[in-house]
Amino acid sequence: MNNPTLKNLARNGAIWGFIALQLVFFELAGRYWSLSDSAFMDLDSMLLLLKQSAPIGIIAIGMTVVMINGNIDLSVGAIYALAGIVMLDSLGWPFMAAMGDAAIPLAWLFALLTGCLLGLINGLIVWKTGVDAFIVTLGAMLGYRGLVFVYNGEQPTYNLNWAMVDIAEADILGLQVPALVLLGVALIVWLVMTRTVHGRNAYAIGDNREAAVNAGIRVGPHITINFVLIGFLAALSAVVFYSGSGSVNPNDGMLFELWAITAVVLGGTKLAGGKGSIIGTLGGVIAIQLLRRGLNHIGADSETVNLVIGTILIAVLFLDRQLNRKGAEELRL
Amino acid sequence: MADTAAKSLGRVLARQGILIAFVIFMLGFALWNPRFIAVDNVFGVVRSSAILGIMALGVTFVVIGGNLDLSVGSMLSFSAIVVLDLHENPAFGPALAIPAMFAMTLCLGAINGYLIGYLRLNSLIVTLGMLSAIHGLTLTYSGGQNMDIANQGATWFGVFGRGSALGIPIPVLLFAGLAALLGILLARTPFGRKVYAVGGNGTAATFSGIPRARVVFLTYLISAFCVATAGLIQASRTMGAQNTVGQGMELEVLAAVILGGASLLGGSGTVFKTVIGVLILGFIQNGLLLAGLQFYVQFVVTWIIIILAVWLDIATKRGKLWSPIA
Repeated sequence: MNNPTLKNLARNGAIWGFIALQLVFFELAGRYWSLSDSAFMDLDSMLLLLKQSAPIGIIAIGMTVVMINGNIDLSVGAIYALAGIVMLDSLGWPFMAAMGDAAIPLAWLFALLTGCLLGLINGLIVWKTGVDAFIVTLGAMLGYRGLVFVYNGEQPTYNLNWAMVDIAEADILGLQVPALVLLGVALIVWLVMTRTVHGRNAYAIGDNREAAVNAGIRVGPHITINFVLIGFLAALSAVVFYSGSGSVNPNDGMLFELWAITAVVLGGTKLAGGKGSIIGTLGGVIAIQLLRRGLNHIGADSETVNLVIGTILIAVLFLDRQLNRKGAEELRL
Repeated sequence: MADTAAKSLGRVLARQGILIAFVIFMLGFALWNPRFIAVDNVFGVVRSSAILGIMALGVTFVVIGGNLDLSVGSMLSFSAIVVLDLHENPAFGPALAIPAMFAMTLCLGAINGYLIGYLRLNSLIVTLGMLSAIHGLTLTYSGGQNMDIANQGATWFGVFGRGSALGIPIPVLLFAGLAALLGILLARTPFGRKVYAVGGNGTAATFSGIPRARVVFLTYLISAFCVATAGLIQASRTMGAQNTVGQGMELEVLAAVILGGASLLGGSGTVFKTVIGVLILGFIQNGLLLAGLQFYVQFVVTWIIIILAVWLDIATKRGKLWSPIA
């Protein structure tokens, strides 16, 4: 493994190798242990998988950007729930109800604005006070979740609008809207991160914040923009999901931050910042979803799935450390 | 002269900021509503904070050592479920169930400690993975069922959660006792100094001959021990537990530790300040309820207070309120 290109390939391709391995394993194992007759690698089931990956996946893409920056956002689950509530609740406001189906885009807009606003609050606090992003968003996770409960107590908020469901369930070439949004977001953010100044600066700030300041990058505004981005994406994820489901529980989105971080780390993004890729995260999201489905397919209890996913996360971290010892030495918050 | 006096006073205040905030806060609440500082109310708050507080004591060690423990919430569910299940097992009974549960929980702590201390894996991700894995373990163990004690009259198991001695509830006694014990361990022993050294600068600590891996390992064992104690109280208080009883508590625990002034970068914080942090969280909750505010508003207020506390802490250290980031 002395060849740097080969090493790079091994590192970046690892997640896709893992996915391929899973596909083969579950396909073969499914023939012996599965209770269902259908094959694991059925096209419809794979397309469905992409759709089910969308809620976490869209958030994980935003998380990648924030983590490349050297920060973290633990409040995404609460933002997700709050944006969902705003969207469904706003459809019932008198002036919105009077508008009929024309109110749907407006409801989406309200939800997305909510996400942007909450992200902006996080970003401004991190920027202006200098309190660590981990603490700010940890607090926001409690605070925003509090707002969710204040909004509607412990009652679910629901508003099933069939026109909205039709949009959410529409499909192009078998890909339903949530899957399309996931792929679209991944493409756009990938372009931003690889082709623009903003993307280059994100890596520079994560790699060495002081050097970035010295190089004349305005770190504070840059970080704030990325928090707005992840707020927006968390809200977009809620729009995509709740347009189809029509009902938000106040506990929805709990632990989303943990799943998103898991996907991002599986995809090879470094916690210390400065390294990571959107494509890798997409791989991480798919790997997790595949694992869940695969374990279900071969008849594992849903309880076992948590156990396996946690174990695999730790195993991947260990392998990663063995593969590139140098980078992993002093990873700290 | 007056200037230096003011300066040293300022330095003392900066170090004890959280204590002063606590006193001001209590005075404010007491003026607002005298019932707030009535003895039974104070006892009630301390008792209801005991479970969170005991977990926070252990996490304080982990955080001072420069790491995180996000698995304590899942671990609490695990220990509560295990001790209830073993209690109902005719081969065990309470006298054997409790040590067996402690042993099992300590094993989980040892896994954390081994991976983070000896293999030097990132603590955030490891304990995140353990959060998921332990939750799965708990569900597998219990078959997804909630556990409870069938014949509650025939056992002395309830004493840890419901009993009291000398008029003081047992959970409060356990909290106070553990806090005293761990406070001395951290502030007065060579081990405590090593924890600070490892968290302050791990590389320097290694060079000066401190067994870094073992120290980190032990902080996770202490954390697991505290969680097991909290799980025992939790199970004993309700004589039953759900698989999800500790869900989300890791963040409340961390909030209490941070509120107490421990830095996430490691190397600073004390057991005493963590206790103050726990009490502040408890009294905020209680005070807001007494003030007639909605239960959930406390989350929002907690958020604001955490950020204010941490902000003031670092602002006093750098001598500037605004904009450390360009």
